[in-house]
Amino acid sequence: MKFGVIVFPGSNCDIDCFYAVKDVLGHEVEYIWHDTEKLNGFDCIILPGGFSYGDYLRCGAVARFSRVMAAVKEHAAAGKLVIGICNGFQVLTEVGLLPGALVRNKNLKFICDTVPLKVEANDSPFTSLYQKGEIINIPIAHGEGNYVADEETLKKMKENGQILFTYVDNPNGSMSDIAGICNEGRNVLGMMPHPERACEDILGNSDGKRLFESILNALEGSLKNE
Amino acid sequence: MNNSYEAVGITENEYKKILEYLNREPNELELNMYGVMWSEHCSYKHSRGLFRHFPTTGERVLQGPGENAGIIDIGDNLAIAMKIESHNHPSAVEPYQGAATGVGGIIRDIFAMGARPIALLNSLRFGDVEESERVKYLVEGVVEGIAGYGNCIGIPTVGGEVYFNDSYNGNPLVNAMCVGIIEHDKIHRGNASGVGNSIMYVGAATGRDGMGGASFASVELTEESEEKKSAVQVGDPFMEKLLMEACLELLETGSIIGLQDLGAAGLTSACCETATRGEGGMEIDVLKVPRREKGMLPVEIMLSESQERMLLIVEKGRESEVTEIVEKWGLHAITIGTVTDNGRLIVKEGDRIAADMPAYSLDSSGAPKYYKEYEEPQYYQELKQLQQEEIKEPQDYNETFMQLLTSPNLCSKEWVYKQYDHMVRTSTVVKPGSDAAVLRVRGTKKGIALTVDCNSRYCYLDPRLGSSIAVVEAARNLVCSGAKPLAITDGLNFGSPEKPDRFWQFREAVIGIGEACRELDTPVISGNVSFYNETESQAIYPTPMIGMVGVIEDIDKSCTMDFKEAGDIVILLGETKNELGGSEYLSRLHGLEKGKVPTLSFGLEKKLQAFILTAIEKGLLRSAHDISEGGLAVALAEGCMEKGLGVDIQIQTKLRRDVALFSESQSRFVVSCSTEALTELQQLMAQQEIPNEILGKVTGEDFKISVNNSDIVTLKVKDMKAAWRGAFKCLMK
Repeated sequence: MKFGVIVFPGSNCDIDCFYAVKDVLGHEVEYIWHDTEKLNGFDCIILPGGFSYGDYLRCGAVARFSRVMAAVKEHAAAGKLVIGICNGFQVLTEVGLLPGALVRNKNLKFICDTVPLKVEANDSPFTSLYQKGEIINIPIAHGEGNYVADEETLKKMKENGQILFTYVDNPNGSMSDIAGICNEGRNVLGMMPHPERACEDILGNSDGKRLFESILNALEGSLKNE
Repeated sequence: MNNSYEAVGITENEYKKILEYLNREPNELELNMYGVMWSEHCSYKHSRGLFRHFPTTGERVLQGPGENAGIIDIGDNLAIAMKIESHNHPSAVEPYQGAATGVGGIIRDIFAMGARPIALLNSLRFGDVEESERVKYLVEGVVEGIAGYGNCIGIPTVGGEVYFNDSYNGNPLVNAMCVGIIEHDKIHRGNASGVGNSIMYVGAATGRDGMGGASFASVELTEESEEKKSAVQVGDPFMEKLLMEACLELLETGSIIGLQDLGAAGLTSACCETATRGEGGMEIDVLKVPRREKGMLPVEIMLSESQERMLLIVEKGRESEVTEIVEKWGLHAITIGTVTDNGRLIVKEGDRIAADMPAYSLDSSGAPKYYKEYEEPQYYQELKQLQQEEIKEPQDYNETFMQLLTSPNLCSKEWVYKQYDHMVRTSTVVKPGSDAAVLRVRGTKKGIALTVDCNSRYCYLDPRLGSSIAVVEAARNLVCSGAKPLAITDGLNFGSPEKPDRFWQFREAVIGIGEACRELDTPVISGNVSFYNETESQAIYPTPMIGMVGVIEDIDKSCTMDFKEAGDIVILLGETKNELGGSEYLSRLHGLEKGKVPTLSFGLEKKLQAFILTAIEKGLLRSAHDISEGGLAVALAEGCMEKGLGVDIQIQTKLRRDVALFSESQSRFVVSCSTEALTELQQLMAQQEIPNEILGKVTGEDFKISVNNSDIVTLKVKDMKAAWRGAFKCLMK
């Protein structure tokens, strides 16, 4: 399987995602510079954490206009997998691939911690190897991870089972304790917590590894079906 | 700008020296350039003379002091670059930007050597945080500034320390340390060598911000300091990220001869320092320097301390290669001059020569050097007097212990470090809150351990011994993680060197650091001096912060401080003595900052450290933690926090109970081992003649200490932990 990690000039979790795929999963992975216009041959695109273009304005507000995001939209429209982690999630909401928005944490401070998440749904290509209702520990590191959406959107997401992860002990004020969501087509995931930071026991925790393994399962499954 | 020598901080004698260098009167630009370069901040004119006390060489030292950062070999063609630097005065008047730009500056020092920055640490000192709103504001701003910069650029802040003492009421200390990794053959230096090579400017445009910052740092803080806010620069971590990535990519091309960051004294210092280290001369044109605003004078361009700028010395003919890479990162690289060998730093404004002086005369090699008078202050002998009768023994040890554990200096600092991204780059194996941070070195079995340490109360009561203790304690922190200590970087924060009692403190501290570094074989490879940390009313406690790096050959064998399993045996290594002098207990519970600082035997210290390393290597220890502020009782409690386990401890002693619990005697560790490992551990202790005492066991949920068979501390770990964790957050509300 071939993964692509988008690199904005201010991305800083790009190498973490790269090594999670290469060293932990043992699959092919390439960096994709932000001015790339076509994404060919990638099975899954990862938008990593960081500060895309400095993000002094709203997070992801500039990234929305980058060349590579047009290509990511095409990739998603073709039903292929996209995951946005932290800043990547912020960018995905800015470009409209995911509903809602992320605003400053309720306490107005950056929070770096490892927090418990509840897996709300496992009928997605990103969560199939988790049990529904399972509690997993995943690191967070963000200043703007407070998820907001209008009531209608929240209701719809709940009905469609688009909320994949919630916080057990809401750290940032997110509505409905939302930590991670997918789109209606269930091929685009956005989450504030960092699964790539929880893939190896030496880092204290490998609860995030199954997210990547779920993706591999889904990709291998779709290959068989073709 | 200033046109009299007094106004630029130059003395009459120094002015005479300038006349000798130039054989004429300096013009305004030249005078201002001398003014900033001969400030203490840039020239170390008061401190340089004492650095001979430091050991700076060794088998592993690849770069000692004098460069942007020091470099130490960790084997397998890899090396660690590191340096600590102060940003005290800017942080005192503008905490967010002061701290943020301090972080930015030290990161540039690391990648200027060609190293990839992999970790940040910081050491902070503030005044009375319980009483002063101003201090709270400073804490809030400094922590946010460090977080804002480090988090954005994506370098994990993995460790540090925060302490509070009234002596920092008017003058907080903000020292930032950066650590980078580099392959031996990739090391670059700030050399302008090769006549005809190009001087290129990369990064942010030059503005009027930060004018005279180096001079601002070289005087005491006064009421008027607030007005100098314009001397504090504004940081742009995104720009620095671009600059860092561009520079590291450029170094791969082989077109770069040298790099230098534009820090204190901006272009002036970058030019004269690289020229002095290289062929000796340089010619630049200020009109080619990208400027943020119109009408900037040459003196403003030369003195500006705008952030996120680098000077590159590029092989002639390869400028376009450089431009191409730099532009990929959205920046510009502009040739502003060339390397010469005529020994002159010539600053042109178009065709006009605006300044022409011997390059080395500006650099620290040509700056004046002073051996100031020093005098032992009266307090030194007076404060040694402490009668045990002055210290009333506590009635309720549960209460006393909790007061200590929840005090600002000893409570959990998670309110601080949870604002720092300490996990980015997924290499942080041991996170903040431990004795030392541990990072894996990707692609190898190795790890590195990092810490920064200083007990400034000790350094006030006895600067020489206190400074030695700072070094050995830093080493102890590393050893507890299984790392062999390799080298230090020192952030020396003191009052005015022009006052004999303050200079005595400085001299004593330098000697104390040198002695300890020689004993432990951990050379000083870089550092920073910050003088004039005082206000009209008081000077800070002498605060020589010791940043130390160690190497773990096999990261799977590293050790942590927390107790692992109920049933494990808890052992005290070392000996508790009647040493309450300078202790946190004495200060917090009795309001006394006096007494003799705990004694230190290098022989015993080295024996214990070697033992700990051997025991960890053999896999005999489940945990290891050094005993420092708060004594044995606090060290035991700290071991319980991570996993929420308890201990059942019995101490048999002839000492008074508060001494047994809270004495800060040196060279002590709390370790734990499994019952199976005990016999082998005891044999090893006997063989190596390690003083030790089996204290008790790790248990489920109660924290119990009995002294001479009477229970004096009995607490629920759950409650103890909640109070310890919550104390700081509560304070900052």
